[in-house]
Amino acid sequence: MFHAILFYLFAAVLVGAALGVIFSRNPVHGVMFLVLAFFQSAVLWLLIEAEFLAIVLVLVYVGAVMVLFLFVVMMLDINVEEVSGAFTRYLPLGVLIAVLMVTELIQIIWFRSAGELTGAGFAATPEGYSNTKALGSVLYTEHVYSFEIAAVILLLAIVAAITLTMRKRPGLKQQDISAQVAVRAVDRIRIVKMDAEKPDAGDQS
Amino acid sequence: MHGIHLTIVLAPLAAAVIAGLFGNRIGRAGAHWITILAVGLSFVLSVVVLKHLYLDGGQAENYSLYTWAVSDGLRMEVGFLIDRLTVLMMVVVTFVSWMVHIYTIGYMHDDPGYQRFFSYISLFTFAMLMLVMSNNFLQLFFGWEAVGVVSYLLIGFWFKRETAIFANLKAFLVNRVGDFGFILGIAGVVMFTNSLDYATVFGSANSIAAQSVEVIPGSPWNAMTMICILLFIGAMGKSAQAPLHVWLPDSMEGPTPISALIHAATMVTAGIFMVARMSPLFELSETALAVVLTIGAFTAFFMGLLGIVQNDIKRVVAYSTLSQLGYMTVALGVSAYSAAIFHLMTHAFFKALLFLGAGSVIIAMHHEQDIRKMGGLRKYMPITYWTAVIGTLALIGFPGSAGFFSKDALIEAVKDSHWHETDLLVYWVAYLSVLLGVFVTALYSFRMFFLVFHGEERMDKETKSHLHETPLVVTAPLILLAIPSAVIGWFTIEPVLFGGFFGDAIRVSHEHDVLAHIGETFHGSAAFITHAMQGPAVYLAFAGAFTAWFLYLKRPDLPEKIASRLSGIYSLLDRKYYFDDLYIKGFAAGGREIGKFLWKKGDELIIDGLIVNGTARSIGRFAGVLRRVQTGYLYHYAFAMFFGVTLILAWLLWA
Amino acid sequence: MISLQHYLTLSAILFALSIAGIFVNRRNLILLLMCIELMLLAVNFNFIAFSRYLGDETGQVFVFFILTVAAAEAAIGLAILVVLFRNRRSINVQELDTMKG
Repeated sequence: MFHAILFYLFAAVLVGAALGVIFSRNPVHGVMFLVLAFFQSAVLWLLIEAEFLAIVLVLVYVGAVMVLFLFVVMMLDINVEEVSGAFTRYLPLGVLIAVLMVTELIQIIWFRSAGELTGAGFAATPEGYSNTKALGSVLYTEHVYSFEIAAVILLLAIVAAITLTMRKRPGLKQQDISAQVAVRAVDRIRIVKMDAEKPDAGDQS
Repeated sequence: MHGIHLTIVLAPLAAAVIAGLFGNRIGRAGAHWITILAVGLSFVLSVVVLKHLYLDGGQAENYSLYTWAVSDGLRMEVGFLIDRLTVLMMVVVTFVSWMVHIYTIGYMHDDPGYQRFFSYISLFTFAMLMLVMSNNFLQLFFGWEAVGVVSYLLIGFWFKRETAIFANLKAFLVNRVGDFGFILGIAGVVMFTNSLDYATVFGSANSIAAQSVEVIPGSPWNAMTMICILLFIGAMGKSAQAPLHVWLPDSMEGPTPISALIHAATMVTAGIFMVARMSPLFELSETALAVVLTIGAFTAFFMGLLGIVQNDIKRVVAYSTLSQLGYMTVALGVSAYSAAIFHLMTHAFFKALLFLGAGSVIIAMHHEQDIRKMGGLRKYMPITYWTAVIGTLALIGFPGSAGFFSKDALIEAVKDSHWHETDLLVYWVAYLSVLLGVFVTALYSFRMFFLVFHGEERMDKETKSHLHETPLVVTAPLILLAIPSAVIGWFTIEPVLFGGFFGDAIRVSHEHDVLAHIGETFHGSAAFITHAMQGPAVYLAFAGAFTAWFLYLKRPDLPEKIASRLSGIYSLLDRKYYFDDLYIKGFAAGGREIGKFLWKKGDELIIDGLIVNGTARSIGRFAGVLRRVQTGYLYHYAFAMFFGVTLILAWLLWA
Repeated sequence: MISLQHYLTLSAILFALSIAGIFVNRRNLILLLMCIELMLLAVNFNFIAFSRYLGDETGQVFVFFILTVAAAEAAIGLAILVVLFRNRRSINVQELDTMKG
């Protein structure tokens, strides 16, 4: 019972946060709402004993990705305007689609599953079960190649993000180290041969 | 022997390639030396082969050199059939070609395309040898087309002249009509025998003749008749038989050596040679022979008539060539194949002589070809004059000359032919044509002869002051050709016509064998002359010569009067029976009209307008509507996507 | 008793909300990215709920990978966004129509 109350409470906050994300005028608020939504999700995942992912969500997602979002939002000089006419014009259509889809999905989940899912709870975990340990044993054995690919994808993301955003500003003085190393003496000094000047040349003229 | 055969064929080809591709490097002298040596080598080796086959009693050889492809049992090969028919053609072709090569040094002396010309005529020699030496239909066709290509190139040799380009296009197109028939004939042969090889095809000739085909449903034709007529259509194109003769007079736009070599002595006789080679087939179809005979007779007489009204020296000779080719075709039609080949051989010598003589006159006259502006050239050009005398006498069949033996034997053969028993109409048409043809031949030959060499001098002063005999390179071939033109008949008539020279190469069925019949009463060349003096042909020739003398030397004012009196006939002849008008205004213009209609309506309107561009336009219009969907806004795409997903879900749920 | 169905329903609502967010939001590309993050979160909900329901850790491994990819996607997406803003001085979705047909 307590469990259910917690679920409904957090679920309600989650939906509220999602609505906040959608309707917030200021992107900074939107990101904050999204952080809230992630926190609620983490708690809801904890409720069904998926502890590792809940922690990861908070640490990695909220801690890194959301901060990145926040950083970008704040860095870009976005002028926050009033809600334009288009917003309200397309709102009914969006709501219609959303409602339609939710209806359909609820139809499937609650009525079309032919009682298969009705009242299907989550099995209690055995004594001494560690979610992290279980996940780790699967991840580093069965899915080790996928895991390595995931690592490569992250590396790729780093390279891509840097390449995309790097730029050379005109007028910026930079050190070209390779050119400095490769320089030769002849390039720097020119020896000019010329006759020695006579000491009394100036007097005679 | 095989090595010799191969050398005969390949030497001119090699020379042609060298002179053609490296002409600039080897220079003018290099080009003519290498080609003359190569063709001379071919000639000498051909004589060696002739000696081997005739004097030493060697066997005819039939072998394949190279298998190009085998498809479904049909072997496509390169091979040689060297029998006496072939070797005779080889000697004639290489000899005339050699003479023409030498002559060309003089005739083309100042032409910028000197090396190119030598390359072409050597290439021609190669192609012609491939044609005559072939042992299968495919190689025959190769040679056939190759000589056609060279002929095309050489007619248009002076490609900056509008008329030359017109003439070579005309020759090309008219020959296409003939070649269409020819290749259909070959296809027919392949259809019935599944072989291209002569020996195999001739071996199954009887089985072809026993079958029939229905090209038009309901009217079966004898297969052999169809094949032979189709092959003969090819011969009509190449040998310029009416009504496919129109290209030959125009081909005189080419340089004169070419007119002598290709359009008189060798290439145009390819059709005659081919029919003689196919004698085992033609013998089995009475209908085909009747067609051959009729076409030949028509060509022999009516084309000769045209020679009377021509004023261009080369065109007169060209029409005489047409007429003589008609004679040969007539000989084929009466199954006197040997007589046709015999006439082909003598004609090659004296007609090449006449053409080269005409060329010599043209050089002397500074490329003036109108015989009305000549006259009295006898005293300026004695060698040309005397060789022309020999050529003209040979052409009209003066007793004792080469042309006499061949033509008289031919007329004799027509007179005694089996058509007398089978079809009187065909018989009399042919017989009268060749008889009257003799008169006509003499008339136009001497008309030209008198107008050029005798009578008053009608050329302008400028030309007259430069008149002199042509150099040795020109006159030497004339003399060398005059010798066989004068005497070759004496020696060769007996073996070639009556002595079974050709052996198995030419097959004549027993009831058609008119030459054997004549041969029974043949007692040597001298007796043949006396015998001929009792026939009408010789007197007709004399009459023709006399008429020419009377009209053009005695009373030069008469021809004008006759022409104006008989203006209808004159214009008919002058317009060449309106064949050209029919072809150009009828077929060519009609073809252009059809083409234009198909282009404007069929191509531009329906295919381009409706189908191709129409499709593109309708797609464009449709896309023009559709592109409005592509707004470029992210949320529109997202909307479309999710709306679609929702619809699919709904459909799965509630449908 | 909280069952699988509750979690799935919550996930469905979350998903539908983020879809609505994509439509409704016209001005800010960052919000679109955030909606996508929300959408992925909804998917993750499903994975975890089913994983727990079936007692199979593979579902959670999958979530792990989704988080990885989503982080990469966010990084690159934001990088693109920064470049876009640098070039056009705007991240207004309504002005991004260069793909217009």
